[in-house]
Amino acid sequence: MAAVIEARGLTRYFGGLRAVDGVDFRLQQGEIHGLIGPNGAGKTTFVSLLSGRVPVQSGSIMLNGTDITHMPAHLRVRAGVAYTFQITSVYPRLSVFDNVALAAQSRGAGDVVAEVADALNRVGMAGLEQALAGTLSYGHQRLLEVAMGLALQPSVLILDEPTQGLASGEIAGFKALIRSLVPQTTILLIEHNMDVVMDLADRITVLNFGQVLAVGTPEEIRMNRVVQDAYLGVDHAAG
Amino acid sequence: MTQGAKIWGLHLLILVVVFAAQFVLPSYHMTNLARIMVLAVFAMGYNIAFGYTGLLSLGHALFFAAGFYAMGLPIWHLGWLPLPALIAGLMVGGLLAGAVGLLALRTAGVSFMIVTLMFAQAGYLTLLYLNTWTGGDEGFVVARTARVLGGLDLATDTPRFMAAFALFACAMLVCLWLVRSPLGRVMVAMRENEERSRMLGYDPFRIKLIALIVSGVYAGAAGAAYGMLFGYVGATFATIQYSILPMLYVLLGGAGTVLGPFLGALLMFYLIDITSGYTDAYLFVVGAALVGLVLFAPKGILGTLRERIAPWLP
Repeated sequence: MAAVIEARGLTRYFGGLRAVDGVDFRLQQGEIHGLIGPNGAGKTTFVSLLSGRVPVQSGSIMLNGTDITHMPAHLRVRAGVAYTFQITSVYPRLSVFDNVALAAQSRGAGDVVAEVADALNRVGMAGLEQALAGTLSYGHQRLLEVAMGLALQPSVLILDEPTQGLASGEIAGFKALIRSLVPQTTILLIEHNMDVVMDLADRITVLNFGQVLAVGTPEEIRMNRVVQDAYLGVDHAAG
Repeated sequence: MTQGAKIWGLHLLILVVVFAAQFVLPSYHMTNLARIMVLAVFAMGYNIAFGYTGLLSLGHALFFAAGFYAMGLPIWHLGWLPLPALIAGLMVGGLLAGAVGLLALRTAGVSFMIVTLMFAQAGYLTLLYLNTWTGGDEGFVVARTARVLGGLDLATDTPRFMAAFALFACAMLVCLWLVRSPLGRVMVAMRENEERSRMLGYDPFRIKLIALIVSGVYAGAAGAAYGMLFGYVGATFATIQYSILPMLYVLLGGAGTVLGPFLGALLMFYLIDITSGYTDAYLFVVGAALVGLVLFAPKGILGTLRERIAPWLP
């Protein structure tokens, strides 16, 4: 399968801390790829390197065969890499419509009104256009964040802990939404909720101390003893 | 009635009221209103940078003064006609804002305030230093013969009012169109959350530079018009006071509202005009009014109005 994003030897230190340490990574066209690892494993730093929010120290990133290692973040977004923030980062003092419209008009949408309505529909927030984003419930703000990502119509959508703070009913809807996006959009999903990752992902990369611990299908990852030791916390010695 | 029609209707109504004021106002107040309209244009420009895009500049006196001198100097030294001189004024205002922006926009927040303030002070001192050509701190009078535009003598009440109104109306309608356009939405997005806007595909530097240049064009146009309508160009207009004034107008009227700068300029002008008739300590009254504003309506008059009863106000 063709790689949408291919990173080689990606490295970023913060002082003495090796946040991301020589990571090789392939994101294949049309897959849902889970990224997991303990707190501080370097997940957010890694996707920040991919999205351009943090400059790369060494290594390279290719997007559909083009080197984007040193491309500014806003141009990567235009090139099709969208990032939704871990900490909800909508514009609280703007209307829901304006929030999504900013995303839609960024890539020169012809009919912004229709595209906003479509994006809001897909996350189940139709009819809330005129509400101020800051007055929405936390779950709705998370979904608004996803709607902004959708309105960019990216080829790669990076979701940083999208289900954090969602109620279980909302999570079911969210999973259906993500499934409906592939294969047109390739999804990179950072997620702490194991049920969500195991259920959604085609492949999973496990990071630990800034390095790749394992890559594989959910089943392979579940069975991987190193991963169990480092992360899943299964006491296999007893089992 | 759609919201768009309501918004345009309100702003056009305000323009009609201001236009009609000339038929009822005595000469003294007519001149005042002409002055207020020109100052409001300056403040509208300031509002585009500060109110909408979140760029708190302390250097707008530089762009305002650029309008005065780019209009006045060619008339004085080169015998230019009024129209090209006025156009030069607004263009130099924009150019200078662009040049300052290229450097100052590498900073943000307090640093941006200090850097813009330094540029403005450097501009002021340059005007004094080059006193052979600029007239130094005494300034110079714009020749009466150069103040006749299209057969209208701008030194007389009605043509002066009409010229000020024409500029004011253009500035307000362009501002209203701008802030309701996609670019206006992105400017507000920069003010609200620059990092988020970057991750939606916008280059913060470019957007802020555009906003600053538009702001500089407004300031330059206002400066050129002020010099032309009132016949005097002087270095006073490049002092820090003229960087603070548009900020006060905007804060009083409501930052990030199209009508706020005009309302702020109108109220502040008459607050000073009336209180200075009673006491030498009129600045004390102005200060008290501003403290009251900060305490009770920190978003300004129209900002508070928008928050409470008219959320559709642009």
